[in-house]
Amino acid sequence: MAAAKTRKKSNVSKEELLGFYREMLLIRRFEEKAGQLYGMGQIGGFCHLYIGQEAIVVGLESNTIEGDQRITSYRDHGHMLACGMDPKGVMAELTGRIGGYSRGKGGSMHMFSNEKKFYGGNGIVGAQVPIGAGLAFANKYRGNNNVSFAYFGDGAANQGQVYETYNMASLWKLPCIFVIENNQYAMGTSLQRASSTPDLYTRGEAFGIPGEAVDGMDVLAVKAAGAKALDHCRAGNGPYILEMNTYRYRGHSMSDPAKYRTREEVQKVREERDPIDHIRDMLLTGKHSTEDDLKAIDKAIKKTVTEAADYAIASPEPELSELWTDIYAEAE
Amino acid sequence: MAINILMPALSPTMEEGNLSKWLVAEGDTVKSGDVMCEIETDKATMEFEAVDEGIIGKIVVPEGSEGVKVNAVIAVLIEEGESVDDVAEPIAASAIVTAAAEPVVAESVSAVVVEQDLPEGTTFKSTTVREAICDAMSEEMRRNPDVFLMGEEVAEYQGAYKISQGMLDEFGEKRVIDTPITEHGFTGLAVGAAFAGLSPIVEFMTWNFAMQAIDQIINSAAKTRYMSGGQMTCPIVFRGANGAAARVGAQHSHDYATWYAQVPGLKVVMPYSASDYKGLMKSAIRDPNPVVVLENEMLYGRSFDVPEIEDYTVPIGKARIWRQGDDVTIVSFGIGMQYALAAADKLAEEGISAEVIDLRSLRPMDTETVVKSVMKTNRCVTVEEGFPVASIGGHISATLMQEAFDYLDAPVINLAGKDVPMPYAANLEKLALVTTEEVISSVKSVTYR
Repeated sequence: MAAAKTRKKSNVSKEELLGFYREMLLIRRFEEKAGQLYGMGQIGGFCHLYIGQEAIVVGLESNTIEGDQRITSYRDHGHMLACGMDPKGVMAELTGRIGGYSRGKGGSMHMFSNEKKFYGGNGIVGAQVPIGAGLAFANKYRGNNNVSFAYFGDGAANQGQVYETYNMASLWKLPCIFVIENNQYAMGTSLQRASSTPDLYTRGEAFGIPGEAVDGMDVLAVKAAGAKALDHCRAGNGPYILEMNTYRYRGHSMSDPAKYRTREEVQKVREERDPIDHIRDMLLTGKHSTEDDLKAIDKAIKKTVTEAADYAIASPEPELSELWTDIYAEAE
Repeated sequence: MAINILMPALSPTMEEGNLSKWLVAEGDTVKSGDVMCEIETDKATMEFEAVDEGIIGKIVVPEGSEGVKVNAVIAVLIEEGESVDDVAEPIAASAIVTAAAEPVVAESVSAVVVEQDLPEGTTFKSTTVREAICDAMSEEMRRNPDVFLMGEEVAEYQGAYKISQGMLDEFGEKRVIDTPITEHGFTGLAVGAAFAGLSPIVEFMTWNFAMQAIDQIINSAAKTRYMSGGQMTCPIVFRGANGAAARVGAQHSHDYATWYAQVPGLKVVMPYSASDYKGLMKSAIRDPNPVVVLENEMLYGRSFDVPEIEDYTVPIGKARIWRQGDDVTIVSFGIGMQYALAAADKLAEEGISAEVIDLRSLRPMDTETVVKSVMKTNRCVTVEEGFPVASIGGHISATLMQEAFDYLDAPVINLAGKDVPMPYAANLEKLALVTTEEVISSVKSVTYR
């Protein structure tokens, strides 16, 4: 795994660094709070935390324009926060309340936002990939300049429908960026034990799709790679694959004891590659911010997250009549 | 020794075809592999090659002949030095010999058609189911630029079953899209396009192949509306041939009616007549929800009267009473209707008056019409081609028990396909499917005749 020292230095503004810091920290604190609420029984079912992977969505979202779409798997809280969805609505969905994005009917894995062009939140591993290409198909059909991001993990990368999608996306030159969030473990199975080839970004070669491996723990590297991929797609050259090498600090879901890896392995990544610490170091060593500045940001984010949690617990459960609504759309 | 050249069967369901063109003339010598003539089936125009070597002694069926039965003698091949007159059997007589297999369908559109809700003075045009589906899709594509058709062979090939014939020419490759053979992938892709606000029509060459894609149909298309608390819409149509065709074996003969009818979030229609195919297909395309349209290959070539009404639609979720009666209610849908209607005709001759209801839609299902009818007739037989376990008929029975128990004078009989994978052998396949005779005997059983 690439160590912190391999990261490229770039001319990045203080504002941008602070923005990245804030957004990544929001995701981390939000997820920590979600984990806490799960432990308290406020969140039920499956809950997959994004801690460790924050740089990916924050870096990629920094290049998007109005109308670009995104879709991902069930590890989706970070994607929602990064595209600007309200933490209160996300947290209230986790607690299954009427104030949630899906009125309490979707839960952690199933949230959507038409406004932010976030298409889920999908519980079936890999199913979001062709759907993401379909969003791109709609862009091409309409002749707009938008690009769709289809996020999936190293586990989904072995699903057949991913390759069916690669074929069509390349054949029809769909403006779709396939983002493989390679966090090294598909639930409890390491990449080495599940994949015949370790380099997932090369798996588009057979379809003529360019791919690139990116340090997914470095938000600046992610942003740079995302910009390149977006240019490729917006220029009408078809899809692009970005393999983000990343790591999740927590288990697959809240109920995963993560016995398949050592505590030392996790600790090493936390110490050497943490995406938030990296930006924090840049802010401090570059004399952009003081410890006090950052403490103030931390405090503000904690407040946002606490408010989201309070809202999520105060928001009522859906009315019982909600059981029967939202099954069908009414004809206009 | 003269050889009779017979009209070939060029598809599993072909019973007759048109001899559109002879490419050889009497007196010409042909050898194996030479193209002799062009034969137009209901699906395509095919070249027919010689198998044996010889001289075309006589062309029995002239070009331009329509409705030439499979196995009819279309020409006679003779050897050098032989004369057509040497052929012992009179050729003309055998030209109209039909295929050994008896026709699958006893036409019975003579039944009294009621409850069509058509304006007075409506005129009708005889239309095949195939044309009706094509007309419906084309009309909706003219009406809404967001509607497009995708599937295997829908564009350049003009449709594996010729449903989309001419649509590529009219709408272009942007809107009539050939996909690779990749059901799981293109179904998911179409669902994504629908989430983004387009209105895809996804053609499955047959529904058997849609099992590769059933996750996208159910988990993605059907459930997202609910999972999103009403935010997302998925205006998509999944359509294609469903159920048994003719001797295509177990993997190509599955009826999925109950599979999809079970899923909240989907709408499911399974029409019988061309008018319902047209009207329901148009409604399906306009519907803001995912709609499964279960078609039937055996019906594609069948003609029915379709009302000549501009923008003819049929509401999803409403049954149609084809024939009114007092003694028994026969409930069916899709191709099952042909047995129900044929049985009703024969039963009428014996003085048994059957009311025949075509469900047309399986979700939502118009059980109200069925219950109302059974309250009048007090007896019910259901007819379908799918498997008997957890069948549509079973659901109807349960509904009748709950809502019309006191009105029933006999246990409801559910006729279905047999509980076996579809066999290939002609006799066994026939045995596996429901028959008119079974409908008749079941009606007699529930009416204690």
